[in-house]
Amino acid sequence: MKTKADALKAAFPHTIPVLTGFIFLGIAYGITMCEKGFGVGWIFLMSLFVFAGSAQYVAITFLTSAFNPVYAFLMTLMVNVRHLFYGISLLEKFKDFGRLKPYLIFGLCDETFSIVCSTNPPEGVDKKWFIFFITLLDHCYWVTGSVIGGIIGSLISFNTKGLDFVLTALFVVIFVGQWKSNRDHKPAVIGVLGSLVCLIIFGQSHFIIPSMIVILAALMLLPSLPKYRDYLNNSEINKMQTDKEELR
Amino acid sequence: MTLTAVQTLVIVCVVALATIITRFLPFVIFKDSKTNKYINYLRRVLPYSAIGLLVVYCLKGVNLSAPVYGLPELISIVCIVFLHYWKENTLLSIGAGTAVYMLLVQYVFK
Repeated sequence: MKTKADALKAAFPHTIPVLTGFIFLGIAYGITMCEKGFGVGWIFLMSLFVFAGSAQYVAITFLTSAFNPVYAFLMTLMVNVRHLFYGISLLEKFKDFGRLKPYLIFGLCDETFSIVCSTNPPEGVDKKWFIFFITLLDHCYWVTGSVIGGIIGSLISFNTKGLDFVLTALFVVIFVGQWKSNRDHKPAVIGVLGSLVCLIIFGQSHFIIPSMIVILAALMLLPSLPKYRDYLNNSEINKMQTDKEELR
Repeated sequence: MTLTAVQTLVIVCVVALATIITRFLPFVIFKDSKTNKYINYLRRVLPYSAIGLLVVYCLKGVNLSAPVYGLPELISIVCIVFLHYWKENTLLSIGAGTAVYMLLVQYVFK
């Protein structure tokens, strides 16, 4: 029991940015669904079982147009295809997580992923439960936010314009943190440039899949350049991470 | 609501299922291939690229060719980067960055 309490205590501060972001984004989602005529029950089910902000926003279209589950299925796969990257990144980290693992994978949203891959628990705190509570807390914030939104409908009176920037800020902070802690910036630069180029070419609604392909191709081609021949086996990132893990 | 309750439930389940598939797929495919050096390599470098993609994804709606030319985003991100290099306090960087952005879009670049 103490293990879990410690893990919860250690996890909570890391989720505060997500708390603010999710409560307000969730409220915005709840209000939107409410305006389309959906009751709190539907909003709760959606947020509990889908737990993917962008997919849920896109799903409003499926719910308010002609019944077409195949289209809804394919569109959701497209919107969420970036999750494949998260899974590959966390294969090793989640390896021995046993019965908690299915829930951790289920709850792997953008924000949880970004915290999990950039944060290690403090000494003496169980890693498995630490990640579990980050996932659970984020999940609760999202469900709570959207239900509140569904209940209050459009009653909210203060100006929340721009508050959704909190999530952009979270990712920028993680990006800067990763940049500072590594001498090797090639993967980060490839991620940003690859997506930017694809955003310009394919436009904002179709650039995710091309970006993923370009990023994967660039990362895979990197070790074949003469200059980076050894990159595959001993990139700086690998060294730095190993150093860090040894220190812990 | 244009759909019946059953149709709505089907859509909710389909969206949930598709999301679950995208999250579980890598863990199912690469279950036993941890010795593969390419997967190990990707596992090391991909988190960095993925966050880069995510930052761009968040900013995808910014219009650089019309007023306000992405200025609120640019100014706020510069503040975040500066603060984070200076103080390295996650909450401060995120809180101040968001506050700056809200002030800019609500009062300055209306």
